[in-house]
Amino acid sequence: MHRQWKKRQVSWEEDRNVAQLYRDGVRKAKAQLEMNLKRDAKNAKKGFYRYVNQKRTVSESVPPRDERDWQTEEERQLQANNRDFNLQFEYANNSIKTSKYNFFTFLPLNLFEQFQRIANAYFLFLLILQLIPQISSLAWFTTVVPLVLVLAVSGVKDAIDDFNRHKSDKHVNNRPVQVLINGMLKDEKWMNVQVGDIIKLENNNFVTADLLLLSSSEPHSLTYIETAELDGETNLKVKQALTVTAELGEDLQKLTEFNGEVKCEAPNNKLDKFTGTLTLRGEKYALDNEKMLLRGCTIRNTEWCFGLVIYAGPDTKLMQNSGKTTFKRTSIDRLMNVLVLVIFAFLALMCLILAIGNGIWEHDKGYYFQVYLPWAEGVNSASYSGFLMFWSYVIILNTVVPISLYVSVEIIRLGNSFYIDWDRKMYYPFNDTPAQARTTTLNEELGQIKYIFSDKTGTLTQNIMCFNKCSINGKSYGDVYDMSGQRIEINENTEKVDFSYNPLADPKFAFYDHSLVESVKLGDVPTHRFFRLLSLCHTVMPEEKKEGNLMYQAQSPDEGALVTAARNFGFVFRARTPETITVVEMGETKIYKLLAILDFNNVRKRMSVIVRSPEGDLTLYCKGADTILYELLHSSCDSLKEETTEHLNEFAGEALRTLVVAYKNLDEDYFQDWIRRHHEASTALEGREDKLSELYEEIEKDLMLLGATAIEDKLQDGVPQTIETLAKANIKIWVLTGDKQETAMNIGYSCNLLNDDMDDVFVIEGHTSDDVLNELRNARKKMKPDSFLDSDEINIQFEKSSKKPQIIPDEQANGVYGLVITGHSLAYALEGNLELELVRTACMCKVVICCRVTPLQKAQVVELVKKYKKAVTLAIGDGANDVSMIKTAHIGVGISGQEGMQAVLSSDFSFAQFRYLQRLLLVHGRWSYIRMCKFLKYFFYKNFAFTLVHFWYGFFSGFSAQTVYDEWFITLYNLVYTSLPVLGMSLFDQDVDDRWSMLFPQLYVPGQQNLYFNKMVFVKCMLQGIYSSLILFFIPYGAMYNTMRSDGKAIADYQSFALMVQTCLLIVVSVQIGLDTSYWTVVNQFFIWGSLSVYFAITFTMYSDGMYLIFTASFPFVGTARNTLSQPNVWLAIFLSITLCVLPVVGFRFLKAQLKPTPSDKVLLKIKEAKKRPPPPSPKRRLRRTSTRRSGYAFSHQHGFGALIMSGRNMRPKSPFATTGTFSPNSDKYKHKGL
Amino acid sequence: MKNKTSFLPQEGEARPSRCPDNSAFKQQKLPAWKPQLTIASVLSSFFLIGAFCLSVGVCLILSANSVREIQIDYSDKCSDCSKLRENSSNWNKECQCSVNFTLKEDIVGDVFMYYGLQNFYQNHRRYVISRSDAQLLGRNVNIQKSYCAPFTTYRNGTPMAPCGAIANSMFNDSIDLFYNLNSSVIQVPLLKTGNSWWTDKNVKFRNPKSYNLSSAFAGTARPPYWQKPVYLLDEEDERNNGYVNDDFIIWMRVSAFATFRNLYRRVRHIRQFTDGLPAGNYTFHISYNFPVTKFKGRKRVILSTVVWSGGSNPFLGIAYVVTGTAATLTGFVITAIHLKLRKKKTYFQK
Repeated sequence: MHRQWKKRQVSWEEDRNVAQLYRDGVRKAKAQLEMNLKRDAKNAKKGFYRYVNQKRTVSESVPPRDERDWQTEEERQLQANNRDFNLQFEYANNSIKTSKYNFFTFLPLNLFEQFQRIANAYFLFLLILQLIPQISSLAWFTTVVPLVLVLAVSGVKDAIDDFNRHKSDKHVNNRPVQVLINGMLKDEKWMNVQVGDIIKLENNNFVTADLLLLSSSEPHSLTYIETAELDGETNLKVKQALTVTAELGEDLQKLTEFNGEVKCEAPNNKLDKFTGTLTLRGEKYALDNEKMLLRGCTIRNTEWCFGLVIYAGPDTKLMQNSGKTTFKRTSIDRLMNVLVLVIFAFLALMCLILAIGNGIWEHDKGYYFQVYLPWAEGVNSASYSGFLMFWSYVIILNTVVPISLYVSVEIIRLGNSFYIDWDRKMYYPFNDTPAQARTTTLNEELGQIKYIFSDKTGTLTQNIMCFNKCSINGKSYGDVYDMSGQRIEINENTEKVDFSYNPLADPKFAFYDHSLVESVKLGDVPTHRFFRLLSLCHTVMPEEKKEGNLMYQAQSPDEGALVTAARNFGFVFRARTPETITVVEMGETKIYKLLAILDFNNVRKRMSVIVRSPEGDLTLYCKGADTILYELLHSSCDSLKEETTEHLNEFAGEALRTLVVAYKNLDEDYFQDWIRRHHEASTALEGREDKLSELYEEIEKDLMLLGATAIEDKLQDGVPQTIETLAKANIKIWVLTGDKQETAMNIGYSCNLLNDDMDDVFVIEGHTSDDVLNELRNARKKMKPDSFLDSDEINIQFEKSSKKPQIIPDEQANGVYGLVITGHSLAYALEGNLELELVRTACMCKVVICCRVTPLQKAQVVELVKKYKKAVTLAIGDGANDVSMIKTAHIGVGISGQEGMQAVLSSDFSFAQFRYLQRLLLVHGRWSYIRMCKFLKYFFYKNFAFTLVHFWYGFFSGFSAQTVYDEWFITLYNLVYTSLPVLGMSLFDQDVDDRWSMLFPQLYVPGQQNLYFNKMVFVKCMLQGIYSSLILFFIPYGAMYNTMRSDGKAIADYQSFALMVQTCLLIVVSVQIGLDTSYWTVVNQFFIWGSLSVYFAITFTMYSDGMYLIFTASFPFVGTARNTLSQPNVWLAIFLSITLCVLPVVGFRFLKAQLKPTPSDKVLLKIKEAKKRPPPPSPKRRLRRTSTRRSGYAFSHQHGFGALIMSGRNMRPKSPFATTGTFSPNSDKYKHKGL
Repeated sequence: MKNKTSFLPQEGEARPSRCPDNSAFKQQKLPAWKPQLTIASVLSSFFLIGAFCLSVGVCLILSANSVREIQIDYSDKCSDCSKLRENSSNWNKECQCSVNFTLKEDIVGDVFMYYGLQNFYQNHRRYVISRSDAQLLGRNVNIQKSYCAPFTTYRNGTPMAPCGAIANSMFNDSIDLFYNLNSSVIQVPLLKTGNSWWTDKNVKFRNPKSYNLSSAFAGTARPPYWQKPVYLLDEEDERNNGYVNDDFIIWMRVSAFATFRNLYRRVRHIRQFTDGLPAGNYTFHISYNFPVTKFKGRKRVILSTVVWSGGSNPFLGIAYVVTGTAATLTGFVITAIHLKLRKKKTYFQK
């Protein structure tokens, strides 16, 4: 535990500190871009986001998080630098406390908490019962020993956890910060900071509390912050102070005199909202979120800044947000709770029967037997005796609900979690990330997953775009052929193209086709023009902090990939100003004049630049979607167009994203006229957009085709195979992505979620509630026309029970279908009555892709399935936007090793690659599930067999609550004699090994259908237990009744009988566990044989003379073992009991597998047969896509950066290296970090 | 967790730190035996166990049949005695009763004499715990702390020795056996010691240490139902007196069921009885002290021989034969089903 906790802590810290340093510079630019962009790009987003935001506010009024009651504070009022004033409100100071106990409160509080668990409380109740002498039927130690053990184990665990929390609290509370006190900056501890203090933060400091930004070192008092810890977004954000406070600067005098009064809302958990007013010298200024620095952020790229503490400690938005994560329980947990209740009822019934029996017995016989056995003191009637006996039997029969069950379940889950941590096949060596089970209580649910909700970017894809192929002037590049002209599959061993001739090349860039380099080196004109276009026609921002260490900040990764490709082939885009673009062309620095950027938008689906080369040529370079660009080409390119089309089809077939590039030489006069009109249009007040686009269309005409590019949106390794395997395991995969529809569908195709073999792929993109309803209904009509008939059982079910949310059974479609739904439509579909429609339609499809969804919608979709389907859901994602769905789903999986840790921190399991999911589910999940089920089956069986013997004995002992066994046996049975073998089984058992589990994903299905442990199975266990208890009681009874030992002495004494039955029982349950164990490791052997030997050893020890003479009262069974176990008929009876208990089970199991084999039995049989043959080669075939779908263009769905670049607003001071004409001789030493 | 056997050679220290160990245990690849229910193992277990059970069962039945056993229920035979005993005020009145029986054949071998009780709930929980083991071990303990109540002390505070319901209810009929040979009556010599477990006699029960027994029990009183104090249980044999009296020890070993028999005497192999009991007429002389009619109990006296498997109880033998038969039959059924299924399968495969 501790180790895990530590690990987490360290990696968290590391991630915060180290990972970000490198990219600070870039981010700052990006942040600035973002700020400007917000203004520019607002219009495009507005409509959609407004809608989503509305929805968000609605659903936030019932927040899922634990919200504390803050009604006491309605408005916050504070004055800067006036502690006395602020103290009167008793705001929380900045110390935080996440620990639960201190040294003195630990014992009472922890015990109180533990006894809130029903099982512990039950045992406490039993203990109290046992203290009543009239009732006590068992010695006190039978309950106390297990209870103390259980409490101690959990207590120690809690203590360690809390100790760690104390440590981290202390660490955080003691961080230093500079506080302005009496005109001096003083070093203070974080915990001593108070509301109204002014504090100074420096670069890379953590923000101490929620601050109002007063001033900073940057111009316009901008402050850059990184909010990864808050919202998981890794790019920098900009905050700006009020002008009136910005003036304070770092003048301590002024700051000390600053006495602004702030009125603002009470603490809340809304990260993106803040309203308040600052009153300074009688003037009021509005405050909003743009001026707030929130605790949890980190100051970046800002030398210093001053802030006024508004919320401190527990009132900060970070702490308000870190509410309890909902405690997840597995379905087996819930089932177990039900079963425990059933068992309680069963227990009560048994006790009632026995109590009534006792009443009758005391009335008929006991009353007269009083000669020898007078009634106990205070007992004056048979019915009262019966009443007491009820409780006595409650004590005796308590072992049907054994306390050790809960402990064992926890141990098993912990063990199986460790296997996940230890699995080398889920370890990702490239970033040294092992898989991690962060929650250790959900393992068996991994074997029952029916729905997977996956994020796309970063989960299915690497979010890396690779320039993969291109077609230049009718020649296709990118494929590698061997001597005989056969295409070679590219893998790690394929020789990469050597770019060493270009010192500015990005070493990460890989290309395999040597002919392209040859053609570049030969100076082929179209090839040069092609790459020149790629290096000029874009909106990428370069960053060069050290010479040669060139980095690109691209708005879309596709663009970055294209520019990087050009860079490597020798056309290095090095710097830009608003008017120029500096390109190093084959080692020669050229400065192009940038005359216009004809930017991208969703309608145009293309972008162009107009540049003037150093030689003075005017050229328009254009790249865009093939469908659009083909219309604009000059007729002379027709033949080239055909060849290129062929290549494009080829590229599309491999699921590459394609772009067509073209150029056009411009006439000087025409251009001057055009640019004048362009200028006019861009300053026009009305219809600017239309006028501009008209102008753009006018000039983007008669283009000369250059070729096409193909970019691979790199999938994570093994994604298609994983998806195929998971689909075979009957798991439905839903992709929820913020990406736009085309990209999402393209990825759907490339990772084999969608394919051309599907009967249909429905696209739901309605913009009104009715449209969406119709589209959904049409889809369902096509998939299952019957489902609209009144006779359909689900319809009937709905009519019967209206309104109540209910479970919808699975429906079978008449084919394989896919569903794509956009965020707009989803917003409608998730509303009220459409919900059902959506669930029914979507769940019939094999694949569902939701695109352009917000994080909240992701959670809503998961919630929807959880609500209407009796299925276990799993959400997997890597980013902060996936947190909500990760927390909502039954199981959340985070992709670790990426930049943001937010998803991982809120996940239950984490690993580095999507493909590990199949191992997690099919191997670990399946095993965990099978193990847990086997464990529960066996555990209930063994306790029923154990306990019910008492029940039968009641009929022979006057219902007097006499136990059958020695009390020590009762104490030790669950703890010592039978715990290890079943633990061994539950930790090591495997029906088939991991390889077969992966090869036959069908084996996963029983878990989804909950076949291995459900109420039926439980009843079966119970019946088997009852049967065994009957055998265990009546065989020894019959064997001893009215007979004697071979030496003539009596044998039917109580102690001999007890020993005989308990020995029988122990051997029977040991044989039974042997029968259940299908994977006998050394440990299992050791545990099973060890437990039996320990039983005999302990028995002989406890029944020995010495023990009796020392502890006379505790061990009255002296001599029983050696006197009884030496008798042949005792052993014969034991053997008979074992045979009768176990042999029917063997026969039943065998015949069941023969006569009514379950599907998994059949698979196991297949495996058994296959094992005889040599193992099949591992399925390493590459999934080829047959789609002829042409997809997508490599732009993001936002507006381009064009206007921004031309205005120069986002330009940083010029890079010192940008204009150097030659490469620095040692520049190649730098380790480049590109995109 | 000790078997960290690495399969691959170590790759040196360069291995990244967070990479999990490649041990068979951690990778869940421990070598294992994977037994499965195959037709061969199932059938062989059924047939082998069936055959074994059948043969054991036959042996058991045969040997149980060779046991000679005579049971005589005498609870009503002496009706006046039982009436007398129903009134507890007559506790010190003697009542003798005799029961005759005839042996048509000799009983050869060791002959054991038991008394049997029926409907006597020695296994009642409060009865079972009503004793003080420490007291019986001869220790001077405060029996108030034991579960002996209400048979702990008399009203005047004199503790009972031994205390508790078990001891108090000790079976106190005395039974003698007489052999009527040609109108002369010969008392069959009976052994009254050596009938209990060695551990009980030597470990579990000890008399308090003193120069003689009566002084050892000074300050205590006999249990209310007893006719004589504990140190007079067997006045003839010092080592069979007090707590270590065999009859007492045997009684204190409570029975598991309400119907039970306890070993009372063994026939001593001397004189006419060297080989056992010869055929002829016998008489039990019973001094009837133990009342049972009040709770509808029964008393019996039993003469029996034993074999290796114990007494004449045929249960185990029959159970074994039934089990053996059932196992064998099931074996055949399984064979039949298997063959039929295989035929079907091959049929389909063709």
